[in-house]
Formats: sequence, C-alpha cells, structure tokens
Amino acid sequence: MNAVNASGWRPQMGEAGEGGAFKTASGDYGLMLEEALSFELGSSAKCGVDLDTLARPAAAGLSKFLRKAAPALPGLTEPEAVRHYTRLSRQNYAIDLGPFPLGSCTMKHNPRLNEKMARLPGFADVHPLQPQKTVEGALEVIEQLADWLITLTGMASVAMSPKAGAHGELCGLLCIRAALDARGEKRDVVLVPESAHGTNPATAAFAGFKVQSIPATPEGRVDVEALKAKLGPNVAGVMITNPNTCGLFEPEMKAIGDAVHAAGGYVYCDGANFNAIVGKVRPGDLGVDAMHINLHKTFSTPHGGGGPGAGPVVLSEALAPFAPLPFVSRGDDGRIHLVEEENRGEGHDQAFGRMVAFHGQMGMFTRALTYILSHGADGLRQVAEDAVLNANYVLRSCEDLLPAPFAKSGPCMHEALFSDAGLAEGFSTLDIAKGLIDEGFHPMTVYFPLVVKGAMLVEPTETESKAGLDRFIASLRSLAQRAKDGDQSLHSAPHFAPRRRLDETLAARKPVLVWQGTPGEPGTPALSEFGGS
Amino acid sequence: MRYLPLTPADRAEMLGVIGAASVDDLFVDVPAEARLSGPIEGLPAHASEMAVERHMSALAAKNLSAGTAPFFIGAGAYRHHVPASVDHLIQRGEFLTAYTPYQPEIAQGTLQVLFEFQTQVARLFGTDIANASMYDGSTACWEAILMASRVTRKVRAVLSSGLHPHYAEVVRTMAKFTEDEIVSLKPELVAEADDAAVIAAIDDKTSCVVVQYPDVMGRIPDLAAIAEAAHAKGALLIAVVTEPVALGMIEAPGNLGADIVVGEGQSLGVGLQFGGPYLGLFGCREKFVRQMPGRLCGQTVDAEGKRGFVLTLSTREQHIRREKATSNICTNSGLCALAFSIHLTLLGGEGLAQLAAVNHDKAQTLIERLAKVPGVTVLNQAYFNEATVVLPRDAREVVRDLADRKVLGGVSLGRLFPEDSDLHRGLLVAATETVTDEDIETFARELEGVLA
Ligand SMILES: Cc1ncc(COP(=O)(O)O)c(C=O)c1O
Repeated sequence: MNAVNASGWRPQMGEAGEGGAFKTASGDYGLMLEEALSFELGSSAKCGVDLDTLARPAAAGLSKFLRKAAPALPGLTEPEAVRHYTRLSRQNYAIDLGPFPLGSCTMKHNPRLNEKMARLPGFADVHPLQPQKTVEGALEVIEQLADWLITLTGMASVAMSPKAGAHGELCGLLCIRAALDARGEKRDVVLVPESAHGTNPATAAFAGFKVQSIPATPEGRVDVEALKAKLGPNVAGVMITNPNTCGLFEPEMKAIGDAVHAAGGYVYCDGANFNAIVGKVRPGDLGVDAMHINLHKTFSTPHGGGGPGAGPVVLSEALAPFAPLPFVSRGDDGRIHLVEEENRGEGHDQAFGRMVAFHGQMGMFTRALTYILSHGADGLRQVAEDAVLNANYVLRSCEDLLPAPFAKSGPCMHEALFSDAGLAEGFSTLDIAKGLIDEGFHPMTVYFPLVVKGAMLVEPTETESKAGLDRFIASLRSLAQRAKDGDQSLHSAPHFAPRRRLDETLAARKPVLVWQGTPGEPGTPALSEFGGS
Repeated sequence: MRYLPLTPADRAEMLGVIGAASVDDLFVDVPAEARLSGPIEGLPAHASEMAVERHMSALAAKNLSAGTAPFFIGAGAYRHHVPASVDHLIQRGEFLTAYTPYQPEIAQGTLQVLFEFQTQVARLFGTDIANASMYDGSTACWEAILMASRVTRKVRAVLSSGLHPHYAEVVRTMAKFTEDEIVSLKPELVAEADDAAVIAAIDDKTSCVVVQYPDVMGRIPDLAAIAEAAHAKGALLIAVVTEPVALGMIEAPGNLGADIVVGEGQSLGVGLQFGGPYLGLFGCREKFVRQMPGRLCGQTVDAEGKRGFVLTLSTREQHIRREKATSNICTNSGLCALAFSIHLTLLGGEGLAQLAAVNHDKAQTLIERLAKVPGVTVLNQAYFNEATVVLPRDAREVVRDLADRKVLGGVSLGRLFPEDSDLHRGLLVAATETVTDEDIETFARELEGVLA
C-alpha cells in the first residue's frame, strides 16, 4: 500500500500527459480510464432489467394524466452499467485505498460486517409502517443503540430520528426552543464560537435564532470570559464543540455549562468529535444538555461520497421530554414502545413535533450497533486512545516543519492542526493539499477552522497503522520542505490524478448543472471538445 | 481488536516520539474528575464477528420481512425489485468509503455520478435543474417551502390534504419555529384529490401550495389547474412525489407548471430499510438556482482543458455562508443517490415507463379483486400503484388482524391520520411489480376472513 516507487509507471504517464510526448488513440492510459457520461453511452430504448411485458393499458381514470413521452433517460444493459460505474469508481480516492485524514470528518475504516448486518432481510426489507408486532427486532435495534449512546454519554435520553449531524443540531436547538416555550420564555440568541463548524450558525438561524459569535483565545479555546459577558435573559443557549474544531478539549466546559445554566440558558454540544473521548469522558458529566453524535463518524457508518449519515441527539433530563416523534423507549412493563402521533399521550406528550417522515436512519443504526458490539466498552475506549495517540504522533512528527499554532499549550485530541505560516512567498495550504494528492493521499481538511490562517486539520483516526502514518508523515514533511524551498511544481499539483486542478470559477460563473441532449447522441458541449475519450 | 492496527510496541514507540509517559498524559486537558478510569461499567466487552453476527441475526429474525409475506404497504415507501448489480456497485469501496467530493481531482467518480443523477432527476421531474440530494422526501418538502418564501418573500404555505401526514407534520413542526404560516386542509374520504379546496385557499399572501402527486390516498391531483391558480396570485406550486416510479407513466410535474418538485427517491435502488436512509429529491426552475438548498455539482474543465465536475455555487451553503446559508444541510444522501442513479440507468427511459405500466397493472388486479370482497368499496377515481379502499370498520384493527395471518395488508388511514376519525375506515393498499397474483389472492381471502 502506497509503496514509494519513484521510477514507476505513474510519473512517466504524467509526463506523457503533460508534454504530449505520448498519446494513446483511446485517450485511456493503461489503468487510467476515461469514462463518458451515461447520457452519452446509453439510449432511452436500452434496458438492463428484464421486465414483464404483459401489462394492460392504463385504467380509464388515469388516461388524462398520462405522460406524453417516456422521460429521455439513458438506459444501459447490465454489463455496460457495471463497467460504467466501475470505471467511474476508479476516479475516486477512498479510505479503502489509503489514509483519508480529513479533520473533523473521522474517516475511519468502515467494517464490512456492518454492511453485511444492515443487509439482513429482517432489517433491509422491512417497511417503516408495518404493524409494530412485525418489527419488534427493528425497534429493539433502535432501543439497544439508544441505550449504548445514553450510557456512553451519561445523558438521560436520546432522540434517534435526526438524519445527520446538522439535522441533530436542529433537533437539539428545537428541544431548547420547546423547553423555553414550556417555561414561557422568549430567548432568541444563540452563542456560537468563531471556530465552530458552519452548520452550527446555519442551524441556529434555521431554527429561528439570532447568532452571536464568541471569539477564541490565543490557545485555541473558547474565550470563557467573553462568553460569560454575553450571557443574559435573551440567550437561549450556547453551541460548543468539544473536543473543538482546533482538535483541543475545552477544559472549562463544566464552568461554561454552570454559567449558562445560571443565566437560564442551555448547553448544546456539537459531538462531531466524540471519537476522541468515547469511553474516556461522558459529556453528561460536563453539564451538556444536548449533543448530536454523527454515527457516520465515531461509529463508522460509511460516508458514501457525501452521505447518508445519522445524527442521534442525546438529551439531558431537562430537554428529554421534548424529543421529537417517533420516539422509542422501554416502558415500565419492560416492553419497547414506539410513540407516534397516534399514541403520543402515552408518556411523550410534550414532544416538539416530528423531524422526518419515518424512524430515522435505520440502516445506519444497524451498522453502528454492529460496530459498537464489536468493540465493546473496552474497545471503544481503545478507539479514543489510539485516535488521540495517532494525532499526537503526527503533530509531534511535523511541528518542526509546519507551524502548529496550539501545540505549545499541550497535547491535541484526535486531530492535529497546522498552519501555512512560514512557507515560501506565494505558497499556501492549497499547494500542500494538492501535493498530497500526488503523493497518493487524500488531503487533510483545509482552511477550517477559520480561526487559523491557512488551517490544515489532520485527523488520522485510530484505524491507521503506524507504518501508514510514517509514510503519510514522510510525504507531508517532504511537501512542507518543498513549499518552504519555493518548489514551483507544487503550484500545478496534482500532476498524477485523473484530473488536474479544476476551474471552479468557470463552474460557478456559468453553471452547467445538467446535461443537455438526447441520450445516446453527443450532448452539448460534446465530450470530444474536452479532450476526453 | 480486529479494527485497530496499532500494536502495544507501536504505542510505546509513538508515546516516546510524543514525549508522553502514558496515553493518559494526552488527556490532561480533560478535568481529572471527568476522566473515566476504565471501561464504562455494565456494558459488554468487545466481541468477535461471529458473536456479533449471531446477536444481530437474532434481532433481524424477530421482524417479518416484506419478502416473506404477501406485501401491500406503501404510503411513502415502496417495495420494488432492485437489480443485484445496484447493491454490488454501491459497495465498491471507492464509492462507499469516500467523503464528500471536496477534492475534485480525486473524486471525479462521485462527481460525475452526481452530475448524471441531477440530470436524471431533472428529466424525471420535468424541472430545469436538480440538486445532489436532501435527507428524504419530508425534509426536502420543508426546504422547498422555505425556498419558496425566499423567492416570493411571502410566508404563507397552503398544504393540500393529500400531502403525506408525516410530511405535513414535519412542515408544521418546523414552521412553529420559523414563524411561517401553514394552512393545512382537512382530508376527506372522497374519490378525487382536493384541487378545488387548494385553489380556494390561495390568496395574495400565499408563498406556495404544496401538492402531493399522486396524493397520499393514491388520487391524482390536476397540477396544471393548481399551477395556474397559484401563479395568478404570485405563489409557487411545489409538487411532492413520494413514488418516482409513477413518473414513468403520469406526466412530470414540471411539465404541468410546478415550480419546485421534491420527492422521495427510495423507490429506485434504495430499498425499504425500515424508513432510512432514504433519498430526498429536489428539482426546480433554473432561475431559482441561487436560492436552492443543498449541494450542486457542475461541469467545468481542468487545467489541461479536460471536462471535469466540481461542487459549485457553494456560496449558498453553510460552510461558506454560515448563518446566512440557504440551509444547514451538510451530509446528504450521496450513496442513496448513487443507488437511485444506477437503478434508473439500468431501466432507461422506456424501461421506467414499462416498469410503471407493470405496477399499474398489478394495482388494477389488486383493486379489482379487493372490490369483490364483501363490504369493501374502492375510493379512487384514478390511481397509479396505490389506492384507498373503504372497509366496513376501523382499518387499524383489520391491518393488525391481517398481520396475525402473515399478510402485510396496507396502511390504515387511522395510523396516518389518528385525529380524523372520518377516515378511519380507509385502507391504503399498494401493489408493485414484486406482488404476485397468488399474493393478491391470499390477501383478498384473508381480508374476507378478517371481515367475516
Ligand atoms: C464539527 C462538525 N459539526 C457538525 C458537522 C455536521 O455534520 P453532518 O455533516 O453529519 O450534518 C460536521 C461534519 O461535517 C462537523 O465536522
């Protein structure tokens, strides 16, 4: 994996591509395969599914609604489709190929047992509106996972239905709104640190709050004094990320919580970074009222090229009554109850409403529970320890070459933060990131958090081996040195990826968001104009 | 532990490089009193693949899976046959284990799929453009209402009574907090969709009307008439499609004047999965593009002039715009979009039309057969693959009794609309290509038995 092969085939191929010294007739180069759009390959009449042909004409009642023409969508037979998507897949980098150290994203290995379990027909082929007694196993999965999440976080309850982290943030803030309404109070401000992820302020606004920003200290923590100064009767709560987006634990969390509570507000914790502390610290011990957990981060459900995820929200005693429907809990009778609109009177009548059509991300629940059971209480603790160990190892192995703005204040948690200060004139984080692509790695998170100029946030996760980290570190060090030395070739990196740097300005100035044309015929603009195969 | 590559020797060596005596030294920022000294008590320890598989399989076995019983449930989630290659392809590690394509040079696979997906959705819906997915149909529906408010600068949304009640509940929940005004119409057990009531509810303050197509009782509203009435008052028509296969047969909402079309894409490629993850579809007119929520993939060129794709117009999104973003969505339903796109590519336009025809055929067989069950009447004038039948008594009990006889016989309107007792004799039944004639016969006979 990622063997260094300076005289291998890829560099030569890159030279050929650049200088035009060697051009193939097909436009493909060995295993570097170009792929046209499905719309250019298939036609509407082609089909890769054998369908019944014995259908009678539409019923009379439907005739006035009929579509004038079948949609102009390309079809492919199975061999063509398998090839199309397989060829496309090869233009992606993925965890399965190597380290994917995107800070804040927790790109850990996705165990395949999770996939297998999620596909058991008893989970995959069950309808959300089946009678309850035919889905008791599914409800038990939700309940068991809920139980683990409650215990691991030391909280009172959990709302399982939110679809991703940002949706969980929304759920938590709406619980806060509902709790304030129940108290008969109107508080319309939410305090959000400058270093927060973009979803935090976006969610607060989405939930109808005004956002006020809290500065960071020079040590990369929330400025507690500045926060306290903003507290008052109009403050509904604060959104604190802990461990924070600089990869640091907020040691004053408890004090922040006490101050917020004393002022009548609630504490929302962004739990995107729970991986660093799972099994080591319970947020419930730190005064948190609500925290979402990205199952697609800490609990290893795959990111799938952008989703789906799942964002259950653990809740304190104060917010638990307001959790949205549907709500799964084990009653005093020892049985699992699914509370929906129909029976909300049964112990959950303060629910603030409903956030999604059905029960949430069941497919992610089965995967996350599988993961949790695989690790157990001891293994999860080891996860946090190894994640933190790996990040500190990267931090200390690179800080002499790349400035680590907060490294002096002590160890980091599960991610190491560097800045691009000190590179040669004109060189920046982007050059390092694109250089990493040529080195065969996915870049780290770049330009986030916003509180550090040219931020590079490296989150190795616990599923990287030491040997893998050593190779990554060697590459990162080499790139940092080249950027310090002013190596111009970095500006045009990547050289060896399926595409060179893409023109994002053009994409935004003249948006082309859909393909125009008839399937099977060249579209506008034609593929050949772009020099593809 | 099979997922943790560090050896004890690695850990010791790494601690040496870091200059820490123990891993606990790395947690010094955590106040000592909050640090747990060992694994949380009362929870089990790690387990082998075999042991976990045993546990999960036992849980799965407690459910009655759709494939093992005559199955007629729809109401916003439909059981269709998903070709084997779909699930195989989405499990390619390069798709499954990639992140959001923020580094386009090494994410062209995902990006090109998204571009193809956006085009497929736009063509299916008859809209100019579509985005790269939302969480599910219900959240896409709420986002569409918010978008209509931004476009029209009005905040009064009219919901047709045929909108899935869970969608309507999501909308009403969210609107409580944003102070949008929601007008909900009362559902009735009648043959036709509530077009007239929807049109009557539109006034100058209306930002949008939200109409499900086909509606939750399987009826088909006249979108063109509603669009005309909405546009006359400066309001937008939002069409909601919970069964995209229907659009292989009935006209695309965009072609009938809908300004925004949202939907649930679960039917194609995704599977039932007890309600999630599903796939929110979102299409609209091109002129609204800067008000759209969610990610968009666009075409561009690279430094050598080769065609390529990138995420674009991200100044609408939370990571750039923060509290001024059009939505807070970040992680979406990428892999479900891939599954949808592959399934639709295997079908092609004419294949989708044929699949729709087969669905409609099965539904006709079902409805005609159920109509012969004593005491059962058919509500709908028109339907696609789902319709409402009216029983002599509360359908909730009937559904439970049918389940005891191992028949998953639809969704009672009482479960969907607990508050509207006028509807409680309604039973919503769906038939897709997966239903056999024997299934229909079994269902009808057991229903006769339950009602006898
Ligand atoms: C710190 C932080 N908060 C919130 C989120 C949002 O989570 P999601 O993408 O699941 O909506 C993310 C993930 O990208 C994150 O890194």
